[in-house]
Amino acid sequence: GNGPEDQPELTEDELNEEITRILTANNPHAPQNIARYSFKERSYKPISVVDQMAVLFVLESSLLHEDSDEARRLRVKQGLLKEDGGDVEEAGEEDRPDSSASKADKKEPKLTNQFNFSERASQTLNNPQMERICQTEPPPRNNFSATANQWEIYDAYFQELQKQEKNKEKQKGTQAKKDNDKSKKKVVLTETQTDDLSKVSDASKIFERMVNQNTLDDIAQDFKYFEDASDEFRDQEGTLLPLWKFQFDKSRRLTVTALCWNNKYQDLFAVGMGSYDFRRQGQGMLLFYSMKNSAYPEYIYPTTSGVQCLDIHQQHSHLVAVGFYDGCVAVYSLKQEGQEPVYKSTAKTGKHTDPVWQVCWQNDDMDNNHNFYSVSSDSRVVCWTLVKNELIFTDTIRLSVNGALSNGPEGGHLPTGGTSFDFHNQIDYLFLVGTEKGKIHKCSKTYSSRFLETYDAHTMAVDAVKWNPFHPKVFISCSFDWTVKIWDHTINTPMFTFDLNAAVGDVAWSPYSSTVFAAVTTDGKVHVFDLSINKYEAICQQSVVAKKKTKLTHIEFNPIYPIIIVGDDRGCVTSLKLSPNLRKKPKSKKGQELPKGPEAEVAKMEKLLSLLREPEQSAV
Amino acid sequence: MAEVEETLKRIQSQKGVQGIIVVNSEGIPIKTTLDNSSTVQYAGLIHQLVLKARSTIRDIDPQNDLLFLRVRSKKNEIMIAPDKDYFLIVIQNPSA
Repeated sequence: GNGPEDQPELTEDELNEEITRILTANNPHAPQNIARYSFKERSYKPISVVDQMAVLFVLESSLLHEDSDEARRLRVKQGLLKEDGGDVEEAGEEDRPDSSASKADKKEPKLTNQFNFSERASQTLNNPQMERICQTEPPPRNNFSATANQWEIYDAYFQELQKQEKNKEKQKGTQAKKDNDKSKKKVVLTETQTDDLSKVSDASKIFERMVNQNTLDDIAQDFKYFEDASDEFRDQEGTLLPLWKFQFDKSRRLTVTALCWNNKYQDLFAVGMGSYDFRRQGQGMLLFYSMKNSAYPEYIYPTTSGVQCLDIHQQHSHLVAVGFYDGCVAVYSLKQEGQEPVYKSTAKTGKHTDPVWQVCWQNDDMDNNHNFYSVSSDSRVVCWTLVKNELIFTDTIRLSVNGALSNGPEGGHLPTGGTSFDFHNQIDYLFLVGTEKGKIHKCSKTYSSRFLETYDAHTMAVDAVKWNPFHPKVFISCSFDWTVKIWDHTINTPMFTFDLNAAVGDVAWSPYSSTVFAAVTTDGKVHVFDLSINKYEAICQQSVVAKKKTKLTHIEFNPIYPIIIVGDDRGCVTSLKLSPNLRKKPKSKKGQELPKGPEAEVAKMEKLLSLLREPEQSAV
Repeated sequence: MAEVEETLKRIQSQKGVQGIIVVNSEGIPIKTTLDNSSTVQYAGLIHQLVLKARSTIRDIDPQNDLLFLRVRSKKNEIMIAPDKDYFLIVIQNPSA
C-alpha cells in the first residue's frame, strides 16, 4: 500500500496473473531501414545488419590503482597523503581476490607451523608423448651409365634414319598400309609361336659345318693342298685320293641313280636315289650335299617313286628337274619351303608311261619360259615348259627301231625306249638319243620325222651319251656291254673303243681338258683316260669301294675343283681328288707357252682325230 | 624349330664335341648339354668376351659387325656365334 500515488489499484486476481515476458536478442528499437553509400558499388545500399545492442545500465568504476596518477591526485585532494593508504589497499583486496598473489610477494613469507607442517603437492599425469611419422615410398631410382662409343652413336643415327624413312613411306601409302597391317598381325602371331631356339638355326647350320670341318680337318687339308708327289715317278699314271664320303642313314638301301653339280655353288651337288632293279622299286629320295658338310645333307626331299635322273638348271641353280621311275617328271625349287615339288607331271599332262631315264634343262624359250627335256623307256622325248603353275608338254620325237615318228605309232615301226640323251652345246637343235637296243640317234628338235643319223653303237642299252664340252663334233657313249666309245658325229663308226672288262655305268668328260674323261664300272672301279697321253689304256684304274660287291653307278666332275664324285648302289657318294698326272697340261717345249683356253682344247682333240682319220681316208 | 633341335643333336653327336650352350642376350643360358656349374661359367665369361670382341670390331669400323668367334686353346676349341638375341657356343676337342 505505500506505493506512488499514481500507482493503479490492482485486484488480487490481477496481481496473481502471470505475465510472461520474453527477452529477445533483437533490439526492438533498432532502426531497420538504414542505407549507406557504398563506395565500392557507387550506390546507396540498405544495411541489413544493425547493432542490436541496447545499453540498459552503465556504472563507472570508483576504484583506482593506488600507484596511478589519478589516485595520487585524489589523495592530495582529500589530504590523505599522510595516511598509509591501507583503506584503499583493503578495498582493493576485497574487490580483486585474484591479485592476492601479487600482494603476497610483497608481504613477508608466512611463517609455517614448525611442528606439524606438511606440504603436499601433486601433479596430474602428463600425457604420454607420442610421435607419429609417416613416410611415402621413395620413387624408384635407376642408375644409368653408358659409354658413348663411336659405334653406339652410329647405331643411334642409323635407327633415326630408318625411322625417318619409315615415316616417309607411311605418308606415301596410308591405304596400302591397312592391308599390310593384317598380314603383319599374322606375322607377329607366327613369330610368337615359334620357339626361341629358331633364332639360332642359321648359326647352328654353320656350326655343324665347322665342327665337321674340325673333325675331318685332314680331309679338308688334302682337298685344298695335297698333291701326290709320287706322280712324278710314275710317268703317266695317276691316282685318286678318296676325300669325303656322303652317306645318309635313310637312303642306305637305295642306289645312287643320278649326280649333278650345282653350277653356281660349286661345293653343292644333287644326288638322286632310287633303284635300278625293277623288282625292288619303292620310294626314292632327292638329296643335296655340300662338300662343306659331309655328315648330313643340306636338303632332303623324300619321293614316292624312285628318282631315276635329275638336272640342275645352269642359270637358275635353285631349280632341279627330276625324272622318276613311275614316269613322272617334277621340278623342285630349293627356294620353296616344304618337301613337295613345285611342278609335277600327271597322267593328264602327258607323263611318261615308263621310267624317265634322263632330264636336261634347256635355254629359256622365246617367251622366257624355263623348259627341259626328258627321255623315257616309253620311247618318247618330251619337252616340258614351266608356264605359271603348270607343266606343259610337247612331244618332240617318238623313237622306233627304224626311224623317228612324231604322229603316233604307225605300222611297221617298233617303238624303242630311250635311255639317255644329250643336247649339243653350240648347235641348239641338235641332240643325241641312246636307246635300249644300243643304238644312238642324232636328232633335231625341229625335224622330227626322221633321225639325222643312227649309230650302231652298243649291243646293250646306252647308259650315257655326252657331247665333248670343247670339240663340237665329238661325243662319248658307254653301255653295259663293257665298252666306252668316242665318236665323231659326222662318221658313223667309233673313233675310239675301250673295253673296261665290266659293265660301264656312266662316263663323263672332264671340264678342264678335251681329252680327259672318266668312267665307272660295276666292279667298283673308276677309270680315268687322257687320250693325249695314252690312246689305248686308262691312265688311272682304281677301285674306290669298300666292299667288293658294291657297284658304281654314276660319276661327275666338279666344274672347277680337281674333284670327282662317284655314286654306288649302297646310297653312298664318294668324292675323290685327281692326282696331278690326271690333269696334266701338255708339256711346253723349253719356255714356250702353250696356248690355253677352249681353242687349244679343240685343237688338241682335232689333232688326235686327224691321226685317226687319215689312215681311213687313205684306205678309201 | 625341330630342325634346329635336330641340327644341335647332330652337332652333339659329332666326334670330340664336349658341349653346346645357347645363351640369350643377357648372358643367361637357355639350353645346354653341359653340367650346371660349367654352363654358368662358360656363359658368363664368354658373354663378356663377346661384348668386348664386338666392341672392338665396331669401334674400329661402326659399319662392321662381329659374326663369329673361334677360340683355339691347347685343350679344345670354343666356337661362338654371337647373334643379336642369342648366341651359340660349341666346345669341341678337334683332336679327340
